[in-house]
Amino acid sequence: MNTSIKSKAASVRFDSVSKIYGGDVTAVDNVSIQVEAGELVTLLGPSGCGKTTTLRMIAGLEMASSGQIFIDNTDVTILPATERDVSMVFQSYALFPHMSVAENVAYGLKVSKVNKKDIKEKTETGLALVGLEGYGTRLPSELSGGQQQRVAVARALVLEPQVLLFDEPLSNLDAKLRRQVRDEIRELQTTLGLTVVYVTHDQEEALAVSDRIIVMRNAAIAQSGTPRELYEAPADEFVADFIGEANLMDVTITDIDVSNGFANVRLGTLSLTLDARGNNAGAAKLAVRPNRIQLVAPDTPNSLKAGVSKCTYVGNHMEYVVETEFGDWFATTDNVDTVFEAGKSVGVQFNERGPVLIPHP
Amino acid sequence: MNRTIALWFVVGLAGFTLFPWYVLEDGFFSFEWLDGYPYDSDYAPALFLIAQSEKLWLAPLALFLALPLLSIGRVKNDPAISKILIIAGAGGLIYLLAQGFAIGIRGFNSELLAALIDLDGQRQFGFGYGAMLLSAAFLFFLTTGVAARGVVNGDVFVVGAIGFVIAIVSMFILFPVLNMLSSALQTNDGVYSIRVFIEKFFDDKIWGLGCLSENRSCGVAWNSLSLAVLVGALTTLLGLVFALVATRSGLRQAHLLRPLTVLPIITPPFVIGLAIILLFGLSGAVTQFVADLFGLQPTRWVYGMPGILIAQMLSFTPIAFLVLIGVVEGVSPSMEEASQTLRASRWQTFINVSLPLMRPGLANAFLLGFIESMADFGNPLVLGGNFDVLSTEIFFAIVGAQNDQGKAAVLAIVLLIFTLSAFYAQRRWLGKKSYTTQTGKGDGGMPAELPKRVLFPSYCLVAIWGSFTLVVYGMIVYGGFVEVWGLNHTITLKHYITAFDVAMTDNGIHWRGSAWDSFWTTLRIAGTAAPLTAAIGLVTAYLLVRQNFAGKNAFEFGTMLSFAIPGTVIGVAYILAFNVPPLELTGTGVILILSFIFRNMPVGVRAGIASMSQLDKSLDEASLTLGANTWRTFKSVILPLMRPAILAALVFSFVRAMTAISAVIFLVSAEHNMATSYIIGRVENNDYGIAIAYSTALIVVMLTVVTLTQLLVGKAKTGRKTSPTDMPS
Ligand SMILES: Nc1ncnc2c1ncn2[C@@H]1O[C@H](COP(=O)(O)OP(=O)(O)OP(=O)(O)O)[C@@H](O)[C@H]1O
Ligand SMILES: [Mg+2]
Repeated sequence: MNTSIKSKAASVRFDSVSKIYGGDVTAVDNVSIQVEAGELVTLLGPSGCGKTTTLRMIAGLEMASSGQIFIDNTDVTILPATERDVSMVFQSYALFPHMSVAENVAYGLKVSKVNKKDIKEKTETGLALVGLEGYGTRLPSELSGGQQQRVAVARALVLEPQVLLFDEPLSNLDAKLRRQVRDEIRELQTTLGLTVVYVTHDQEEALAVSDRIIVMRNAAIAQSGTPRELYEAPADEFVADFIGEANLMDVTITDIDVSNGFANVRLGTLSLTLDARGNNAGAAKLAVRPNRIQLVAPDTPNSLKAGVSKCTYVGNHMEYVVETEFGDWFATTDNVDTVFEAGKSVGVQFNERGPVLIPHP
Repeated sequence: MNRTIALWFVVGLAGFTLFPWYVLEDGFFSFEWLDGYPYDSDYAPALFLIAQSEKLWLAPLALFLALPLLSIGRVKNDPAISKILIIAGAGGLIYLLAQGFAIGIRGFNSELLAALIDLDGQRQFGFGYGAMLLSAAFLFFLTTGVAARGVVNGDVFVVGAIGFVIAIVSMFILFPVLNMLSSALQTNDGVYSIRVFIEKFFDDKIWGLGCLSENRSCGVAWNSLSLAVLVGALTTLLGLVFALVATRSGLRQAHLLRPLTVLPIITPPFVIGLAIILLFGLSGAVTQFVADLFGLQPTRWVYGMPGILIAQMLSFTPIAFLVLIGVVEGVSPSMEEASQTLRASRWQTFINVSLPLMRPGLANAFLLGFIESMADFGNPLVLGGNFDVLSTEIFFAIVGAQNDQGKAAVLAIVLLIFTLSAFYAQRRWLGKKSYTTQTGKGDGGMPAELPKRVLFPSYCLVAIWGSFTLVVYGMIVYGGFVEVWGLNHTITLKHYITAFDVAMTDNGIHWRGSAWDSFWTTLRIAGTAAPLTAAIGLVTAYLLVRQNFAGKNAFEFGTMLSFAIPGTVIGVAYILAFNVPPLELTGTGVILILSFIFRNMPVGVRAGIASMSQLDKSLDEASLTLGANTWRTFKSVILPLMRPAILAALVFSFVRAMTAISAVIFLVSAEHNMATSYIIGRVENNDYGIAIAYSTALIVVMLTVVTLTQLLVGKAKTGRKTSPTDMPS
């Protein structure tokens, strides 16, 4: 790979940043974020939670209503987009329709008065980097969606920005291409050592590409951590359910083992020993991923009585809805050969690892 | 000192030291001033005037100009810079205007000042190049200073553009209109008097209701109002019928109706009036035919309300059609389909769903017709007879034997009150909706066909009115080739030769025809006004669509305001305001250009808004994040993508400038005669032949321009779907 495109990766920091639109819509509420240089951080959350707004404040396309923003430890809070060393790949790609692919990629270099020779070289390297050598003379309208997406990436990359931003870059692509482009972006990011902030509302995509995920809800941060931390130790019900779905159940903690911080948990006929995560004895919430629920023959020891209310075959796994005295649970299993038919009774067990107590608020 | 400040400093310096400070007698484009420059005090730059101890009151300007030099050597973000610039800009601008308004051709304009300070008989003329350059420098000092305080994210280009638009709109719309208001408050001797104003305002000639009780005529205000309401209602009805037939009849020939929408754009407003005279006048074709048939005495029935009504309906129905065709197409077919699946019949669907959905469009069409009728000057002038309306009354108050500027101003205010109320009502009713076109979301479905009981009457109306329009335009063409209408119908080229004769001489082409003079003037002035109108319109549209700033609503209202100001009012306001220093423009070509720019600016703004709203905002943002500043983004991303809109705005303002009459008639001079006012002059001399031949020639020229552009725009490859922009005419 040609290395004439380097990275000037820098860190990003938000200090209690808020954004209020038109006096009453709080799109981002007192958010503090730290993104290290060379890290890929994803902003994840349901629609309208303020992801795009956060990203646009990094770019300088929106100005923070309060708080401070630092890039590379320099205060950029009031710097407009033009003067920040940040590039962005837009959801719609925003390729200039009246310029060829090469002109699009060269645009940023041209306006920053790079000399002609360097522009040409960098443009070519940039296009090569995204696998589009020889496409320079085409118009954006003559490219496929995936190719346009890559032009947008090349256009942002050639400026060697301190921070590269992606706003739902894959949402216009079909499912297969999405996986491929996602891997390409991740690979570019690691090879070039870029600082990337990435917005998506697809939790699977977030888990796959990120070093760290920041989950947002209602304009604030719900939890931030590595994909594994979020998945296996969600901070609250919202995160547990938003990432990878979870069956939430009310359980009783009978006692806490103070020596190792484990809790003995009781749910009907089931008993489990789990990390207490700050809970005290008494009522608590348990989150169990669908694939951590096992369906067994009725009356198996240490299992819960249940009835199968729905059973769906989806190719590589089975999906069940089981009815228990504690509510309806959603379960999946890779075993497509043994089928528990709807209307039959069944036993329910939990995996040893996987069920997790939600920390006491 | 940064580049922007340096640039404007140099401009200001040139204005102060190099260019003639005062307006040149021979117009802006003559260079006679080079003779005697720089010492002759008529042509001297401000610096030389002061050096010769003349016009010493100009000296403080140098101080304001020099102030920004204090910013040299300061760091970029030093808050002192913005203070310096604001003081220099605002102070300079205020002082410049104050001295301009205070000291005129008779020295001090106010007796109080004259008593206090002795000017030693010195006086001054209007602003010239020098003063304009210096004002521009002050203005942009001010905006750069304001930007430096962080307004609009500290964007120099955007703040500068906002400041510029505000400045010119205040100078050329607000100032003349307010000035006119104030002159309405004065007696003819220049004394302010509310009593006189009230007397004039409530004059029986304006508001009298004699026609209701006795056999007298009503006041002009009532005449205008009733005419405008009738025209608004009837054109809306006809426009709706045309729009329904064009889009909902399922008739394949229906698209042939569309070219109708071009007619009002290319037809000078009074031409229809002329055709009506040819048909229904005393010696008109129809009149004579009917008279012969029934042995009746031909009458002058058409002169007055009936004639004007017919002419205005012919002129403005296409405008209503233009508005309503968009509205009818905008009614989402899925709504109608939904209604039908809910067991409503076609008729019920039409009455309960389609029509209500069109209501805002109908209101819009009505108010357009209303405003156009109020503002129309040509048709009432040609066909009015004893039926006086406001626009013609204003004209006669100024040019007639009375030459009563106060009366003209009062009448203009009455007219303005009507149109502004209509404008205001329209804005209230439609809110922001008037700009959003319902394109983009393709929700498929077939528009419901019309119920039979609507369809058949519609066909009949369209057929009758369509053929009538054809006959009228046929008359216009035919009339130009007839010796003397009504008396001698021999076919002749006489009129065309009189108007457009060309001879080849040894010195090249000799334009001998009587029309050439005004024709070239018209082309030149319309050609100068068009790019300026388009530029100002598009910049304004950019600010409105893409930028957020405090006072944006007021800004928008101000820029759209002139749409509601009838041409006659602009004409009167301009001659009242620009007859005396500091802006002495009457009799020049510049005043015509200015009147066109500000009359047609809303069209440019609307065209720009319509097309810019279809450009994805992320394109601008992408450019910004790639390091381009707003000016660069505007230039390399937005402008190229708006080419079709720019072209449309260009043609539109060009053509409108060629056909305008209402403001023009006040502003033309012997040197700068326009085609339309020349034609009106011919009509007043009963010289119909030439008038009609010339009108035909104009229509042909403009048709060519419009067609060529449509071909060009059609070919322009932008890689983006363009949809017709919604432009009022
Ligand atoms: N220009 C604006 N003016 C007013 N409110 C806005 C504006 N832009 C966004 N908002 C509001 O701010 C909130 C956050 O918007 P934002 O675009 O950041 O959401 P998002 O997390 O990106 O959602 P999505 O996943 O749907 O893109 C929303 O409630 C939105 O309605
Ligand atoms: Mg978003």
